[in-house]
Amino acid sequence: MKKLLVYLKSYRKETILAPLFKLLEASFELLVPLVVSAIIDTGIANQDNGYVVRMSMVLVAFGLIGLLCAVTAQYFAAKAAVGFSTQLRHALFSHIQSLSFTEMDTIGTSTLITRMTSDINQVQSGVNLVLRLFLRSPFIVFGAMIMAFTVDVKAALIFVVAIPLLSVVVFGIMLITMPLYKKVQAGLDKILGITRENLTGVRVIRAFNKEAEERERFEESNEALTALQKYVGKISGLMNPVTYIIVNGATIALIYTGAIRVDSGALTQGEVVALVNYMSQILVELVKLANLIITVTKAIACGNRIQNVLEIQSSMPDPAAEGKGKTVQKANAPAVVFDHVTLTYKGAGAPSLTDITFTANRGETIGIIGGTGSGKSSLVNLIPRFYDATEGAVLLNGVNVKEQGLESLREKVGVVLQKAVLFKGTIAENMRWGKKNASEPELWKALEIAQAREFVEQKDGLLNAPVEQGGKNLSGGQKQRLTIARALVRDPEILILDDSASALDFATDAKLRKSIREMESRPTVFIVSQRTSSIQYADKIIVLDDGKMAGIGTHDELLKTCPAYQEIYYSQFKKEEIG
Amino acid sequence: MSIKTTARQKETLKKVLRYLKKYRIYLVLSILMAAVTVALTLYVPKLTGKAVDLIVSKGNVDFPGVFRILIQIGVCIAVTALAQWIMSIFNNKMTYQIVRDIRNEAFQKIEILPLKYIDAHSYGEIVSRVIADVDQFADGLLMGFTQFFTGVATILGTLGFMLSINVGITLVVVLVTPLSFFVAGFIAKRTYTMFKLQSETRGEQTALIEEMIGNQKVVQAFGHEDEALEKFDEINERLEKCSLQAIFFSSMTNPATRFVNNLAYAGVCVTGALAAIQGRMTVGQLSCFLSYANQYTKPFNEISGVVTELQNAIACAGRIFDLIEETPQVPEKKDAVVLKDVQGNVSLSDVFFSYTPEQKLIEHFNLSVKPGQRVAIVGPTGCGKTTIINLLMRFYDVDSGNICVEGTDIREMTRKSLRAGYGMVLQDTWLKSGTIRENIVMGKPDATEEEILEAAKASHAHSFIKRLPNGYDTVISEDGGSLSQGQKQLLCITRVMLCRPPMLILDEATSSIDTRTELKIQNAFAKLMEGRTSFIVAHRLSTIREADVILVMKDGRIIEQGDHDSLLKKDGFYAQLYNSQFAV
Repeated sequence: MKKLLVYLKSYRKETILAPLFKLLEASFELLVPLVVSAIIDTGIANQDNGYVVRMSMVLVAFGLIGLLCAVTAQYFAAKAAVGFSTQLRHALFSHIQSLSFTEMDTIGTSTLITRMTSDINQVQSGVNLVLRLFLRSPFIVFGAMIMAFTVDVKAALIFVVAIPLLSVVVFGIMLITMPLYKKVQAGLDKILGITRENLTGVRVIRAFNKEAEERERFEESNEALTALQKYVGKISGLMNPVTYIIVNGATIALIYTGAIRVDSGALTQGEVVALVNYMSQILVELVKLANLIITVTKAIACGNRIQNVLEIQSSMPDPAAEGKGKTVQKANAPAVVFDHVTLTYKGAGAPSLTDITFTANRGETIGIIGGTGSGKSSLVNLIPRFYDATEGAVLLNGVNVKEQGLESLREKVGVVLQKAVLFKGTIAENMRWGKKNASEPELWKALEIAQAREFVEQKDGLLNAPVEQGGKNLSGGQKQRLTIARALVRDPEILILDDSASALDFATDAKLRKSIREMESRPTVFIVSQRTSSIQYADKIIVLDDGKMAGIGTHDELLKTCPAYQEIYYSQFKKEEIG
Repeated sequence: MSIKTTARQKETLKKVLRYLKKYRIYLVLSILMAAVTVALTLYVPKLTGKAVDLIVSKGNVDFPGVFRILIQIGVCIAVTALAQWIMSIFNNKMTYQIVRDIRNEAFQKIEILPLKYIDAHSYGEIVSRVIADVDQFADGLLMGFTQFFTGVATILGTLGFMLSINVGITLVVVLVTPLSFFVAGFIAKRTYTMFKLQSETRGEQTALIEEMIGNQKVVQAFGHEDEALEKFDEINERLEKCSLQAIFFSSMTNPATRFVNNLAYAGVCVTGALAAIQGRMTVGQLSCFLSYANQYTKPFNEISGVVTELQNAIACAGRIFDLIEETPQVPEKKDAVVLKDVQGNVSLSDVFFSYTPEQKLIEHFNLSVKPGQRVAIVGPTGCGKTTIINLLMRFYDVDSGNICVEGTDIREMTRKSLRAGYGMVLQDTWLKSGTIRENIVMGKPDATEEEILEAAKASHAHSFIKRLPNGYDTVISEDGGSLSQGQKQLLCITRVMLCRPPMLILDEATSSIDTRTELKIQNAFAKLMEGRTSFIVAHRLSTIREADVILVMKDGRIIEQGDHDSLLKKDGFYAQLYNSQFAV
């Protein structure tokens, strides 16, 4: 949480002024019992009507000044808190954008989204409350004590005993309940998990007739949560009665001491009233403080979670950011070279790719095929440097990808990922992700190559047809074709299709491959697929088996020499049909 | 509109009271305790005032009198504290048990809701009703119980005590305090639109965050980071402005009402002190009057807070009751038969079905399957293949016509026995959080270790399970967590292999498994399917070539029906589909 405070820096003035004005307001509040005591001792005792009225006007004036101070304090506090969270949100968002795929995999997007939204909101209200109230309550508590000293030292000693006692009770109960509240949260998470599971798995649960069991499981967890909540409630419910006893016990002591002191002439009646008033002010503030502490601890917990994310460094430094990015390319170098590349994902036991070596020349089509989890996607993900090779080197145009600026590197590569992702906006806006200033004819051309022209032409608004979040208003095949078109708009040197035609039927898939091959710019194309028919006509086919290269060559070569390829091929086409 | 909403609120409130009924004894006791607490809390200042009156000046202190009063105060404190604690325990008990009841009921409902409802609502929405809404409701209820009762009691109590001391000064207090209500209401009205704007802007920003961070890989692949940040900042700036307004203006409520209270306080001071001078009031009475004036005004602030909180709670409760009262799936007939000795005779006659009346889907569908036959369903994506499965498993009911298993309409039999007759593997793999073993034995909880191993080996899942950190006891998180899609599918297949059901439904069961492994599993499946009726959905044509009947679907309709050879000869849609995989 501490490190987040730098984002308050530009609001230093507000951060100081807000509590200051709050203290000013509190000071006037502390003076009220003194004025009342003066009214009793001077006004009433001397039967001075004018004095009473004058002093009451002073009370009104105090109230007015208090109001002004409070409003000023609230303004500064709100400004600092909102400004703080705005800057924090900006910093976190841009930090997340700088993280590499490795970090995204480990943290998980849903976590990041929670950090960006509800956690920051919690921190914002925490900061706001602290600036407004956190100083105020202790100030009033101790202020009341000090004021009591000015009235009578001996009687004030009762405050000296009562206040530490109160702090012990308040903080003691806090310390005991805090971990329990965490447990309650965990219990809540559990029943949330069960509910979610029963919705996502509704078909399987019903198919296996598991409804009754699931209900039992839910009720069990629910009961445990309820028991825990009641237990915590019992403990934290002690807070009010116990503080009440302490404060009123102290009041009894005050009256008793007061009686003795008045009897001996050391204290006046009005002063006793003032002392009693200070004691009740303490009680009021304590209740406020207790509520406050819960909010603040929550905010601190959220702040720590945010800080944890901010402290994660990208494992992939961008050479361009360090001013070292090479833009020079070797003119005659092959498009992509893998030189003894091994990749082990963070936290994984075994490498996903082992010792991969191959060369892809410009304009070639490279097919990549292999079983589930054989490392096909891992291989292509190394080209735009989504992940870094653990050993060996990946060269693009003869230069190691680690030495090229990330942005310029990725500009050269058009990637179509397995999952077709589109964003809210129009078709044109989505397409222009590939190339910011692409003209309409350029967009149409890309759509045509991606076999998407036809359905876009049928949409109302054509290129300006709306796309809902996640592309919900489009079918799976349409989404895939649009994502392919998006990658084509930038006219990439390297085009990677990562199993991205799976939702297309065979005929469309074939047409797509044909039109890509006929593109003027002749990009180097990588096609990842499980279908042999998709890669059969590639210049080179790489066969992967459990992260290792089981073979490389053309279809005919592999069919003769590579047993793994034969097996895949014949599993899809029976021998006799080929023959 | 507002009448409508209040009517709805009343309706909801009534339902809340129904849940409360079970715990009414706690409610009564809680109110009683609240009354005791308030009465005694208010009595203490009066006693303090009396004590002060006995401490007049030097040599003029009535010690025995002071003592007597102090003891009374002590007793009051003890009783008050006890009553407070008991009240909070009762309130907790009541609230949390009601919440538990509501949650259990909501969950029970989820288990019997028709698939139609679940498919049409986002999971997040239903989950948030069961968790977040119920929580908010609990907060509101608890706060309502604790603060509303005591607040109202305090106001009434202080009013009574003040009147018992001095009617005139009480009037001063009563006249000034409504002002604070007015001020609070004025501010609330003004800030409502600001808060609305804030939450709209927040929603906009959250949507952007979800989109961009949720798809961070695409953002980075296209180097779109700067544009995303720019768009984000634009919303962020707007949010800063409207948040500042909303927060600042709403935070004026407290100081403003406090100021009004201070006015009341000063008013009491003037009138009280003047009365004391005229001898109509003692100093002790004044001191306790001041303390009453303070206590009288405070609950007004709290109650206005509680009222908004309660309104919110009732809105949340309304959403939960909507879920709880949702029409459940058609209940089973009382005389529903238990399907036994399944041979695998399935027949569909003249079936009509559609998800929405406007969009016709399945019409005049007839099919008769004999035991041991393999039925394959093929067609382009989104053509309604999965719909057939929804009907066979009775996840949805047919609109007209009927589906019979062993000659009995499936609506005449228990869902449990019908579904137990099928083994189902879906494309959308689903695993529950728990160990691998727990997931495998789902359909057969009493399976022996040998049976589990045998099934896992048959489905080729054994080799990867073996390599997991804790083998079969490895805990997987919700939805399979770190397992690959293919591995998840293998587990789902193992699950079915283990319980060996008389009929099988495989919906793209091997779509994420590479063809080599698939081929191996096919052998195991073939063995499993021997003599069993099976329905197979696939778009890999190689997997379905050997089926006895192939249903070719397009746009929700069966357009061709027959075996592989006859369909190829027909040279229709199937032939076109089949040949396209050999195309260049």
